[in-house]
Amino acid sequence: MAFSAFATGTAKEQAPRRKSKIALLLLLPGILYLMLFFLVPLVSLVITSFQQPVPYGDIGEFQNAFKWENYVDVVNTYGEHIFRSFAYAILATIFALLFSYPLAYFIGVKARRWPLLQNLMLVLVIAPFFISFLLRTLAWKAILSDESFVVTGLKALSLMAPDAHFTGTPAAVIFGLTYNFIPFMTLPLYSTLERLDTRLLEAGSDLYAKPAMTFFKVTVPLSMSGIVSGVLLTFIPAAGDYINASRDFLGGTGTQMIGNVIESNFLVTLNYPAAAALSIILMAVILVMVTVYVKRSGTEDLL
Amino acid sequence: MTLQEGLAVSEAVTARKPASRRGARLGFGNWLLPLYAIISFVFLLIPIAYTFAFSFNDSVKSNIVWRGFTFDKWLNVCDQIDVCVAFGNSLIIGISATIVATILGTMIAIALVRYRFPFRSGISLLLFLPMATPEVVLGAGLAAEFLGAGVQKGLGTIIIAHIMFCVSFVVVTVKARVSTLDPALEEAGRDLYGSPNQVFWRITFPLLLPGIIAAALLSFALSFDDFIITNFNAGTTNTFPKYIYISAARGIPAEANVIASAVFLLAIILVLISQISSAMKRKRLAAAGG
Repeated sequence: MAFSAFATGTAKEQAPRRKSKIALLLLLPGILYLMLFFLVPLVSLVITSFQQPVPYGDIGEFQNAFKWENYVDVVNTYGEHIFRSFAYAILATIFALLFSYPLAYFIGVKARRWPLLQNLMLVLVIAPFFISFLLRTLAWKAILSDESFVVTGLKALSLMAPDAHFTGTPAAVIFGLTYNFIPFMTLPLYSTLERLDTRLLEAGSDLYAKPAMTFFKVTVPLSMSGIVSGVLLTFIPAAGDYINASRDFLGGTGTQMIGNVIESNFLVTLNYPAAAALSIILMAVILVMVTVYVKRSGTEDLL
Repeated sequence: MTLQEGLAVSEAVTARKPASRRGARLGFGNWLLPLYAIISFVFLLIPIAYTFAFSFNDSVKSNIVWRGFTFDKWLNVCDQIDVCVAFGNSLIIGISATIVATILGTMIAIALVRYRFPFRSGISLLLFLPMATPEVVLGAGLAAEFLGAGVQKGLGTIIIAHIMFCVSFVVVTVKARVSTLDPALEEAGRDLYGSPNQVFWRITFPLLLPGIIAAALLSFALSFDDFIITNFNAGTTNTFPKYIYISAARGIPAEANVIASAVFLLAIILVLISQISSAMKRKRLAAAGG
């Protein structure tokens, strides 16, 4: 959706007029703003990532250089964190997709006869957005803490080892990422499934396809654009997130993601070049993965 | 990134008619999917219920163990002065960022749909990229720029950062509205000798207003709940999410739950009113048409 919204030359395009002077006046302030506070920052990240410490300088003092070894250093030091970020983000995206698809299908297809109910259910899906991201993560931390009735109950039923924890584990971080980004998955899925022509499903069954076959051969391909949007909207923020993995939230010592390392290098140890190099790596990997994914799923026109 | 397309989607939902109002007859059992949906909604709402319940907790310092019911925290929110200051800062930032981002974004949206100009795809890319960039990268980049320029971080730098990531979302939301606009209405205005100014303020702007309001609400919600970008550019200034992040280690006071719950209730009521009123409008239109 967000992605298709920028597709140029859509059918709705109204015969554009030729007064490019007015267009320039309308565009200039916003575009200049984005250049100054989006593009220039990216450039300054690249410059920072090659900086070296000022000789005999204080902590956090760097000068321009071309120290490409910074990249080698951060990959050596934080390779584990980089790998972990993408592994967690991929798993969270898969879980969010599995969770959201039936829900979006129910709201978008089964509940079509009741538009008001549909809209109310959509409100329930986005309801978590209305409460602070950090507070809802902390709420899960409390609900799933070692003293909570959920964990003590599971232990009493011997479904969990007596000395096991949930918070502070990779499972808890992936759980948190999944929960927090579910609405980003459900909404785009809903908006494509809502337009699904159900006669095509009837055609599938008329042609003696089993429900499962109709689902995988008709429903899934027809909702591909929603799946792609949802996957991107979930995966990108999940890969860069550092709230869920933080030790004060759902994470522990062994769950730090790339975002945590960027934050601590930038704001705590003031190692700006390392933080910048990690940011560039994160962005580059995401761009490559997104491009490959979009190409492979055959929905290039989304971008 | 939070509310994101939520509002944009519900906007789109009310604007569009689906292919068929008939539900599918195929698939799983008739009760399995509804049951799943109910369980899903309960799951999605659990942390909200928890936050709400613990806003009534008679806690002393940290708010983890239930110590009894009280209205005290709701009545004396500002006893925890830090929470109130942080909340006030978040409001100032949210309102200023929303106003600027909505103006800039609306102008771009009108230009994108209505005018022909060079570098169109480059501009589309520039608008799309901030939404596809992880927040840590946006935050760290801006902080690196401020560092290089020697700018002191504070309220101003937070507002600058928030405007930056809100503009693209405003463009998406308003653009959807501009494309549904019938150019004939403006032509009619010009035919009746309306000056360009009159045509814009009397015809175009009122027609765009619902989209602009949706975009402004989305901006405010995004700004209000942003933590990651804020954290990189805040310096010592506190915002509501930043306050929660900092106090997470030693425990969040119940007053924070009160503010979050109040904001939640307000937002939900606004959304429900708009949903119900648009449903009633649909019904009236249907009645008038049939």
